[in-house]
This record gives sequence, structure tokens and C-alpha cells, in this order.
Amino acid sequence: MALLQHGALQPNNWRFVGDDAAIPAEGPVTVSLKRWQAESEVLRGRNAPIGVRLKNDEPALALGEDVHRLSLIEVEFPKFTDGRAFSQARILRDKLGYEGELRAVGTILRDQYLFMTRCGIDSVELPEGKAIDGYLAALKEFSAWYQPASDGRPTVMELRHPANANARRGAAPIVTASVAAHSA
Amino acid sequence: MYRYDEFDATIVRERVEQFRGQVTRRLAGELTEDQFRPLRLKNGLYLQLHAYMLRIAVPYGVLNSKQMRKLAHIARRYDRGFGHFTTRQNIQFNWPQLGDVPDILQHLAEVEMHAIQTSGNCIRNVTADQFAGVAADEIEDPRIWAEIVRQWSTFHPEFSYLPRKFKIAVTGAPDDRAAVRVHDIGLRIVQNEAGETGFEVWVGGGLGRTPIIGVAIRKFLPKEHLLSYLEAILRTYNLLGRRDNIYKARIKILVQATGGEKFGQMVEEEWEKIKDGPLHLPQAEIDRIHRYFAPPAYEALPDVDPAFETAKLENPDFARWARVNLVKHKVPGYAIVNASLKPEGGAPGDASADQMDLLADLADKFSLGEVRVTHHQNIVFPNVRKRDLFALWQRLKSARLATSNLGFISDIIACPGLDYCNLANARSIPVAQRLSRHFSDPRKLDEIGDLRLNISGCINACGHHHVGHIGILGVDKQGQEFYQVTVGGSSKDDASLGKIVGAAFSEDDIVPAIDTIINTYLANRTDRSERFLDYVRRAGVDPFKEALYGPAPARRTAAE
Repeated sequence: MALLQHGALQPNNWRFVGDDAAIPAEGPVTVSLKRWQAESEVLRGRNAPIGVRLKNDEPALALGEDVHRLSLIEVEFPKFTDGRAFSQARILRDKLGYEGELRAVGTILRDQYLFMTRCGIDSVELPEGKAIDGYLAALKEFSAWYQPASDGRPTVMELRHPANANARRGAAPIVTASVAAHSA
Repeated sequence: MYRYDEFDATIVRERVEQFRGQVTRRLAGELTEDQFRPLRLKNGLYLQLHAYMLRIAVPYGVLNSKQMRKLAHIARRYDRGFGHFTTRQNIQFNWPQLGDVPDILQHLAEVEMHAIQTSGNCIRNVTADQFAGVAADEIEDPRIWAEIVRQWSTFHPEFSYLPRKFKIAVTGAPDDRAAVRVHDIGLRIVQNEAGETGFEVWVGGGLGRTPIIGVAIRKFLPKEHLLSYLEAILRTYNLLGRRDNIYKARIKILVQATGGEKFGQMVEEEWEKIKDGPLHLPQAEIDRIHRYFAPPAYEALPDVDPAFETAKLENPDFARWARVNLVKHKVPGYAIVNASLKPEGGAPGDASADQMDLLADLADKFSLGEVRVTHHQNIVFPNVRKRDLFALWQRLKSARLATSNLGFISDIIACPGLDYCNLANARSIPVAQRLSRHFSDPRKLDEIGDLRLNISGCINACGHHHVGHIGILGVDKQGQEFYQVTVGGSSKDDASLGKIVGAAFSEDDIVPAIDTIINTYLANRTDRSERFLDYVRRAGVDPFKEALYGPAPARRTAAE
């Protein structure tokens, strides 16, 4: 699978390693939450980036402070109609302050890509050679936003009442650097 | 009423173009029907038995005359000259062509309307009391909050792929006309001991296959926290609601499985973390929206209008209509008028393009340019001077819009049923038509009194049969249409679910069965002040069982 990231299709050098498979000596890998929790000492001792693939019925909050030790978190869309990972993404960004790469894997339609980016997802897995024009166009389909989300975009309400918005944003959940950069 | 600012207009315009693109991709085969389905549903586009059906949002039921005329235009140009007003205060067109839908949306956008989130597994069009802002018993106008919720829920990036559909209703009066206890979230504006207004929050009510009255998880929510509280509920549901079984996916199932108290705690816990964040509602925004719903410039009028009183004396039909279809207005000299979309022999909720045009004209002439759609599928003129009532009635009468049956047995809620819907087991409209003919004598209606009869063509309960005083549910028995009857339901502050009287009736037997139920009530009530619903609550189902199916000695013996 390739990656759609920073507006282009990129090669993906990450591997998901199943719970029963041996962890390779080299290269960035993601593992299950269970494996991370059981083997985090060993996994952190490797000289390569490490990530976690969250199943969409696992509580994102279980990662806790560990998010700051991870270079990648993957959230799953097993069917494109299953939207649990939108909430997981927001919890990772807004509650846990995760600033690393947040990736969507699974079935991802262009019509959901904009919502994903709003929820703080900054890369999505797509088949090799997939045409991405539609995905990029989808990001431009809307230019105004009613709700605050995890992308730091000013909301319609904030644009209507700028003085109030500044005060509130101070108390607001963290807007991470990577997300801010993504939405810029 | 609310008017779009540049941001609202931009979002709706961009949505039209987005949907146009999705339709183009579908027609070009770039999207499979499976992929297109959830996308079109989020825009209210269903594939029905014969054609597509487009459901257009009428946010909290409020329409101005210009919008009503546009609906008439759409009915003429893209449908077969009709529209169907629904129990969610929306309107449906049953015959649009897929390729025309983007153009229809374009027309709607011109009058600040859309079809956003009128279907699909997302937050649906928010409903409210149809008498909002004019009812004499109102604590506060729910439209302001319904509009705030509308904006927050529109294209919510986190909650657009929920386990199942999600319906929110708001009421601002003690007399619950918005059925908040049978919604996924029901908001009641209440006053606390300090005299401040806030929300009582109900969660997990709903009809469908598993009818459940909701639970109040918070007695008083300060208004500024409305959106963060809703977000906490929705996030809890999005993460934990079942997705393995479509029939177990509504929030009511989660609330029941978790327990109302525990579910409330989970919501509170989540809410504590987000309540002071950017969802906190600025007073400036509440004030901004409030201004759109400021009361119009009412004339100072005496509450008793001599011309109105004389007209009633001279014209008994008018007097009857005035007694049945008017509701007390908060301003002296004004009345709230209900125009019935349930004429004898008609399809409940249907209006022709000509009727829509007339409703728009009458709104301009008599009701400050505004009408409301009710969840009972009628139309309301919210602001009519009493001295204009006779003229308005005459015009309505000429278009078969002045049936005097509000709240009576022939004011039937019915879903489209098997005539249109591919989910239905049985037809609803012909049953409603026959019942409305059977119960057309005004004296009979008066004698029966307050009675809500609701019909659903299948277990999905779009016709709200569970909360009808009498409910009729279409079922399929070996390929035949049958009708199961319940009694004792209510969607009001005393919400309850109807109980089944016994075996279902055939199409031929259903009207006589309802007649038997009514006669049983009339023969046994203490007096006229005991409404049908009161009688059922006192006497239970047995008298109806006996009248319908005969004495059941076997059952009694077994019980003894």
C-alpha cells in the first residue's frame, strides 16, 4: 500500500507486524495495542521508529502518555461506513496531545478524506498507483466549518465573533503542530 | 426566522457542488451503488419502490412563503405536482430523476434550503415545537437552540458515520409538542430554582423495532454548554454504539445495555473534559441567533374581536373549525391556525403544488409571511389576527385545507407505506383514507374527542404507531397485508408505548376493528372528560380484547 500524505502519493516504508510474527531487526513497524503494552520496553529499545495500530473498538485513551513515545499511530476504517476512528483520532489529538503522524488504514473513500483531516488524521493508506486527484479535490470542497475539530481551522462561530474566539482558544485542547501544518 | 449569513450560504452552495460531483461520478460509474448509497442518503436521496425519493430539510419546521413557493415549483417541475410533509417536519418528493437532483438542490439553495442530513447514519434534521415563539405556554423559544444545533451538526467531521441515524428534538414549553422523550436526544427547556433557563437532557428514546422512552440524564444543563454536552453524548455513542447489527445500533440500545445512570456518568465524564473548550457557546452568538427570532411587530389588539365572534355565530362550520383548529397565541388578538393536511379521503401530509402556492399566499396575507410544518403532518400559520380568521378559513376551505379535525381520530399520522416505500410490509395510505372517510361526521369526532391515531406500514415505525392513542402497524402474513393494533400510546409529557390488543386484522377487517375499539371506549368511559387515553390507562387492554375477539374462557381458565 502507498500513502497519501502532504498532497502526494508516497511510498510507505512502515510495516504492521502481527502479534505472532517476529519483530524485524530493522525498519519502522507498527504493532497492536496489546503487543505494545506487553513489549513496549523491547520495542522502544530497537533502533527504529515504532508505532501502534489501534483497532477501532480499543480505547485510544489506553495509550496515555505513551503517545509521546510513538512515531505513528494507525486507526482503522474496516468499512468506510464504520466511523469510530474519527472519534479515536480526535481523542488522540485533543485529549492525549499526540503530535506524531496519525494514519488512516482500511477502506477510505475520497468523500471522507476531508473529515479525516479535520479529525487530525494526516496520512491515509491507499492502493499503489491510486489516482489521488479526487482526494486532493475533496479537501477543497468546503471552505467554512461550523464545528471546532482537531485541525485548528477557525470555525464559522469564531469568524463571527473573533474577540470571544481568542479567549476560548487559550483554554482549548492542544492544536498540534503537525495538524496545524497540515491544515495550513 | 433565521436567515443565512455569508458562511451559511457558502456551506450550502459548496454542498450543492459536492453532491453534483458525486452524482456525476455515480452516473459515470466511478462510484458503485454501494459506495454512492451512504453518500446520497446523507443528502436525503432514497431509492424507493418506483423511483428516487428526495427528502428536503425544513429545519425545525419553519418555512417562509418564498420557500413554500419554491417547494411548489419543485413539485410541478420535478415531481408529479405533489409533495409529502413528514413526521420530521420535512417534505419529500417521490418522483425526482437522479440527474435532476443537483439542480433541485440549486433551486433550494437560492431560498436558503437544502437536503443536508435528512437521511443516513448522521445527525438528522433537528425538530422543535411547531408553535415555537407564539405558544402561550412557552418558557423560551426552542428555535434558537434548534438552529444552534443545526449548525453544529451540519457536516460534523466526527459524527457523519455514526452506527445509525440520530434524531434530536427541542421543546421550550411544558406541554411537549416535539415528542422529546422518543428521540435519540430530547431537549426540554426548563427553569431552575434560581429562575435561570437551561436544558433537561433526555437520551435514548426512540420508536422503530424497539420502542423505548428515553431517560433524563441531566436535570439542568446551563445553555452555554449545550454543544459540548451534545458532543460528549455523540462521542460516547460513536465509539460504543453497536455496529454489528443494524437493529441494535441506535443509541437507545446502548443506553439500555449500559444503564441510564451509568451512561449519564460516562457522558458527564467526557463533558467535564471539553466543556470549557471551543464548543463553549459565546453569548454573542446566542444573541445573534436570538435576534433572528425576535417577535414581529404585533399590533396592539383587543383579545376579543367582534367580527370574529359574529362570524362564529353566523357560521357554525367556521365556529367548529375555530374551536378545533386554533391554538391560543401568546399575544392578545392573535391566534395560531392549524391547516389540516388530513381531508376526508386524503393521503395524510400530502399537498399539491397549487395548495403549496396558496399556503404561501395566505402566509403573506395573513401570517407575516411564515408557516410551520408540524410533526403531525399539518401546516401552521403562527401569527394570524383574529379579525382575519374568517377570511383565512374561507380561502383554506376552497382548497380543502380547512378540515376541522386537529387532534381528532381522522388527524392521522401515516408513513408512505407500501405504495411508495420498499421497506413497508403493508399500505398505510389506503387505511388512513378509509378511516378518515369512516370517521368524517363532525358530531362523531366531537363525541370521541381527543384521539391520536398513527399508522406505520412496517416495524420501522415512521408513522409513530407506538405512541398513537391507537396505533396501527402493517405486517406481512404469508404475503397478505395485515394490521396489528395497539392502544394507549402517547408522545407527550406522559409518554407511553401502546399495548397490542391481539391478533392482527386483515385489510377488510381493520376499519371495523377500529370502530369496535371506539365503541368500546364510548360505551365504557366514565364521561366525556375521560379521554380515550385515560380510559385505556384505567381499564387496560382487556375490554378491547373482549369486544374484538370475544370472551376468552380458555385464557381465563388457564390463568386461574
